[in-house]
Amino acid sequence: MTTAALELIDLRKSFGKTEIIRGVNLAVGDAERHAIIGPNGAGKSTLFNLITGRFPQTSGEVRLHGNNLAGKAPFEINRMGLSRSFQITNIFPKMTVFENVRCSLLWSLGYKYNFWSMVGRSPDLTEGAEQILDQINLLNRRDLPAGTLSYAEQRALEIGITIAGGADVIMLDEPTAGMSHSETDYIVELIRTVTEGKTLIMVEHDMGVVFGLADRISVLVYGELIATGRPEDVRADPKVQEAYLGAALEAEH
Amino acid sequence: MNNPMREDQITTDPAKPAQRMRAGSMTFAAMPWVIAAFALLVMPFVFTDNSAITIMNQMAITIIFALAYNMLLGQGGMLSFGHAVYAGVGGFACMHVMSNTDFFAMLPLPVLPIFGGLFGMGLAMIIGSFSTRSAGTVFAMISLGVGELIAACSVIIVAFFGGEEGVSGDRTYGMPFFGVEFLQQIEVYYLIAFWLMLSALLMYLFSRTPIGRMANAVRDNPERAEFLGYSSRWVRYYSFIFSGFFAGIAGGLFAINYEIVTEENLNTASSGVILLVTFLGGVGFFFGPIIGAIAFTLLQTVLSLQTDLWAFYAGTLFLATVMFFPGGLAGLLMMHVPAIRMGKASKLVVPYIITLIPALIGILGLAALVEMTFHFRHASFGDEEMTVFWTTFDSHTAMPWVVAIGITVVAFAIMRRMLPTLKSAWAEANAAPKANASSQANSSSQGGAA
Repeated sequence: MTTAALELIDLRKSFGKTEIIRGVNLAVGDAERHAIIGPNGAGKSTLFNLITGRFPQTSGEVRLHGNNLAGKAPFEINRMGLSRSFQITNIFPKMTVFENVRCSLLWSLGYKYNFWSMVGRSPDLTEGAEQILDQINLLNRRDLPAGTLSYAEQRALEIGITIAGGADVIMLDEPTAGMSHSETDYIVELIRTVTEGKTLIMVEHDMGVVFGLADRISVLVYGELIATGRPEDVRADPKVQEAYLGAALEAEH
Repeated sequence: MNNPMREDQITTDPAKPAQRMRAGSMTFAAMPWVIAAFALLVMPFVFTDNSAITIMNQMAITIIFALAYNMLLGQGGMLSFGHAVYAGVGGFACMHVMSNTDFFAMLPLPVLPIFGGLFGMGLAMIIGSFSTRSAGTVFAMISLGVGELIAACSVIIVAFFGGEEGVSGDRTYGMPFFGVEFLQQIEVYYLIAFWLMLSALLMYLFSRTPIGRMANAVRDNPERAEFLGYSSRWVRYYSFIFSGFFAGIAGGLFAINYEIVTEENLNTASSGVILLVTFLGGVGFFFGPIIGAIAFTLLQTVLSLQTDLWAFYAGTLFLATVMFFPGGLAGLLMMHVPAIRMGKASKLVVPYIITLIPALIGILGLAALVEMTFHFRHASFGDEEMTVFWTTFDSHTAMPWVVAIGITVVAFAIMRRMLPTLKSAWAEANAAPKANASSQANSSSQGGAA
């Protein structure tokens, strides 16, 4: 058996006495599109933050391509091929759209802490950044400060920054949060194209968004995965209906 | 496989801003640098007397220091309250090289500032190793603490800092540089001007390198930068080291120019001044600190000849900058770029004149009142005459006060009446692009969503 792109082994996290993540086991294969859904407060974002090294876990392991990520700083995890977006738009607001993308290319193109070459004279950076801008349909916003973009455009830029570094494991935290229906459709389509051939792990609140996109879905409720499987199986699972969809239906009424 | 398609798209649409900017970003804009170099060359022929050259020397040194400071504040988002330390230590190092006469006799003077730079850089490497762990309050507090600490060291480690009288030397003992011994101010001027051009150019180029770009990214959003593979701390550390180097160069030039360096060069007051200079000029643009240094040096030298209260006016100006135009003088200038691009800047000329002239008179009136109050409180008995704006009068009689207050009030009243005209002219001069941009944004976000 090949090693999973990302593997969680009995992952736990407590804040004080409260256990937020209560023993999560999950293996996501190469090039799989995996969605983690769950009601508000289920711990989805916390799980994300544990995987990406934003918080240290209390116990358990996170393995990226078989390598244990314990004690690694976010920048080290990123260099190992994992990239993430944020639930709250997290871009460089005062820099131009182009600069945002170019900065996200620097490390992966091997520039590191280089202080002797000019970014403006590096065609690989300029072309690479424009290719990404083309993919996320922001070429015509190229020279505007990123902070002035519309919300949907900022979300698209966030995805662009996340994929630009060429990481093979992409994690998106509620990429469609706060969007209208048409914007959601647009972003889902964008995610589908830009993550072609990569491992995608995304957190979503709304099952409908991920239904057509994900190969497998996990349902997280109160810090535990209550089901993992193909979308239709998960949807049919009575436990899921009770714990999650039921609650969602109630909320709608 | 993606490439040909993309190139196609670019060549078929030459009007695309992306294409234009791409061409622009590939060519280094040399023009401003050529103009600056030319201006530096001819300045001594325009302002020939020695005091003018002294002022220009001071200005150039302050420019280098302010640019170095802005590598932290503007480019890297680090607010330092103790940056004079690096300039000061660079200055002391150069002074000691000068005092080492055997070695100095083999060293051409123009090379000396490098020692200042290296010492500034070395100190920055030590201090930065712990101070750049985070930006924000922690960094600011550490910089303040280190600043105080080293200033205190200056009276403890007398061998290096020379105690209260500082360290002095003689720059003319250096090896003659193509026959030039730097006996005259004008020779020193060109030495400093050379270093100004070189340092400014290097600092500008630094901002265009990968690490320079990441300094901006870390300033804007350190956490996001971490998730792009960069350690925010290392990015800040690099900026800090380079900034320390150029601050040290400025200190070295100070040592050459004044031939004395004292505790004053590295104390907290000097650190405060450079923060003030940089902020006044504007931290958002590379050239901001240059304008700030020029403006502040003029205040400090020219205005201080006119009034004892120059620091009061400088402080007021700083306060006004922070409160009303946080982009600084550079921001104020760049505000006009859209109107100029559209060729509508001329609409602003008349409204500016009719608003700013009364405003200026009002401000001068206020200044006169400040001067009169100062004189009224401090004049010795029997010496009650004073001169303000070429007018001599007795500050202890009512008439001058009535006149000054009257002029001030009337001037500000006129200014207030003219303000709406200026506001509407401003709106008119900037109207079109805004309407345009917002309609564009609307149409495209709809397009994006569709």
